[in-house]
Amino acid sequence: MIAIIDYDAGNLASVQRAVSHLGIQCVITKEEAEIKAAERIIFPGVGAAGAAMQSLRRNGLDRAIKEAFAIGKPVLGICIGSQIILAHSKENDTPCLGILDGTVRSFSPDRRSEKGQKLKIPHMGWNGLDIKKSHPLLSGVDADDEFYFVHSYYPEPQNPDCVIAVTEYGISFASILGLNNLFATQFHLEKSGRPGLKILENFCKWNP
Amino acid sequence: MLSKRIIPCLDVREGKTTKGIKFKNNVDIGDPVDMARLYYEAGADEIVFYDITASYEKREIMLDVVRQVAETIFIPFSVGGGIRTVADMRNVLLAGAEKVSVNSAAVKNPDIIAQGAKAFGNQCIVLGMDAKFVGKSKATPSGYEIYINGGRTPMKMDALNWAIEAQKLGAGEICLNSIDADGTKAGYELNLTTLISEEVDIPVIASGGAGTPEHLRDVLTLAKADAALIASMVHYGTYTITEIKSFLEKSGVKIRKTW
Repeated sequence: MIAIIDYDAGNLASVQRAVSHLGIQCVITKEEAEIKAAERIIFPGVGAAGAAMQSLRRNGLDRAIKEAFAIGKPVLGICIGSQIILAHSKENDTPCLGILDGTVRSFSPDRRSEKGQKLKIPHMGWNGLDIKKSHPLLSGVDADDEFYFVHSYYPEPQNPDCVIAVTEYGISFASILGLNNLFATQFHLEKSGRPGLKILENFCKWNP
Repeated sequence: MLSKRIIPCLDVREGKTTKGIKFKNNVDIGDPVDMARLYYEAGADEIVFYDITASYEKREIMLDVVRQVAETIFIPFSVGGGIRTVADMRNVLLAGAEKVSVNSAAVKNPDIIAQGAKAFGNQCIVLGMDAKFVGKSKATPSGYEIYINGGRTPMKMDALNWAIEAQKLGAGEICLNSIDADGTKAGYELNLTTLISEEVDIPVIASGGAGTPEHLRDVLTLAKADAALIASMVHYGTYTITEIKSFLEKSGVKIRKTW
C-alpha cells in the first residue's frame, strides 16, 4: 500500500486519481501508524511552506517522513514536497525537514528571458528537463518530454550530487532531487500527462 | 524554457459541449468528457471548460462532468462560468479542477478574487475578462471596456485597470477574451492582448478569434500572450492540435512537442 500524506496541502486527490489510474492502491492519510505501515510514501502538495510545515508538525508527520527516509522506504515528494525536504525555506522564513542540506529560494521578479521578455511569476506551464544524472525512475522519459510546473519558489540543495535534473526559467534550478531512496520533483507528476504518469508508475515499483 | 500553451476551450451547457458565435446561437457538439480525452491524447497543454448552463439549479451536472474529466485526463484544466462564491470555487476544485475562473462575479464583487486566492492559492484563481473596444474615454482610458453576463452588459470599467487590480487582489492568471474577435475566426485582438500582457506580471491566455495557426503564432509572439485559447478551429476538425503545434514550432514558437 502507498500512503499519500495528508497535510492540508490541497491537490491530494489529483495524485490519488493518478495513482489509481495506474491500477495501484493508495490511501490519503494523516495517521502516523498508517504511514509506518505503508510500503512507500508520497507527499504532494501546493501551498505555502509555512503552513505545510506547521501542519506536518502538528500531526507528527515530520517525524514520520524522516523516519521513512531513514529506514530506506521509497519516498516521493512533489512540488512543495520537493522543497520542504531541504533545511530551510525563504517562504515565510520556515525551518523545514532537513533531509537534504540547502535552501528554498524565490524567483526574482526582475529576471528576463534570453529575449529580454519579463518572466512571469509563478513559473506556470510546461517546461523541459536537463537531466544531470541518470536515475531508474526516469526510465521511459524522452529527452524532449516536458512537465507541468506551478511555483514561485525553487529548491537549492547544497550538495550538487543530489540534483538529478535542472530546468531553465531565467535561472537554472533543481527540478528533480534524489538521494538514495528519496526522489522529489518540483513539477506535478499527476498533471504532466504520459511522462508524469510514467515516473509515478516507476516510483510505485521502485526498490532502491 | 517555458513552452507557450495551446488550450482548447469547451463551452458546456447542461452537460453537453456547445458552440455559439458572439455568445449566441449555441448548438450542441458533443460530450465534454470524450472531447477532453481526445484533446488530452492529441497534445492539448491544458483544457478550459465554461459552464454556460443558464439555471443555477442544474449546476450539479457540471460538477459531475468535472469529476469524470479529472479521472480521465492528467493535465491541468480549469472551470469557469457561474462561479459566484468561495463555496462554488471549493466545489469545482474538490471535484478535480486545477483552477477556477471568475468573471462577472469578480466584477460585481472584486473581493471574491482575494478570498479565493487566500483559500486556495493565487495559482488556482483565473480572472476571466470580456473586453470590447469602445474608444478612449474618461471611464475607459485604455479604449477597452469590460462587459459581463456573457458579453451582454457593459460596465463602464476599463479593461487594463481591471486586469491590474485583479492581479493585486491575487489572481494568478488572466484569460482575456475579446468580444469583437470572438467567433469571427479572423484572428485574436492583438492590440488588446499586447496591452494587457505587457502591463501585468501574471500569465495571460488570449481568447477569441482563432481561425488559423498563423493567428496563434501572432498572438503568442507579437502580442506576447503566454497561452492561446482555441475552439471552433479544432472542434470541427479544421485543424488538429498537432498541425497547429508543428506550424508554431516551425515559426520559432517554443511549444511542448511530446506527450
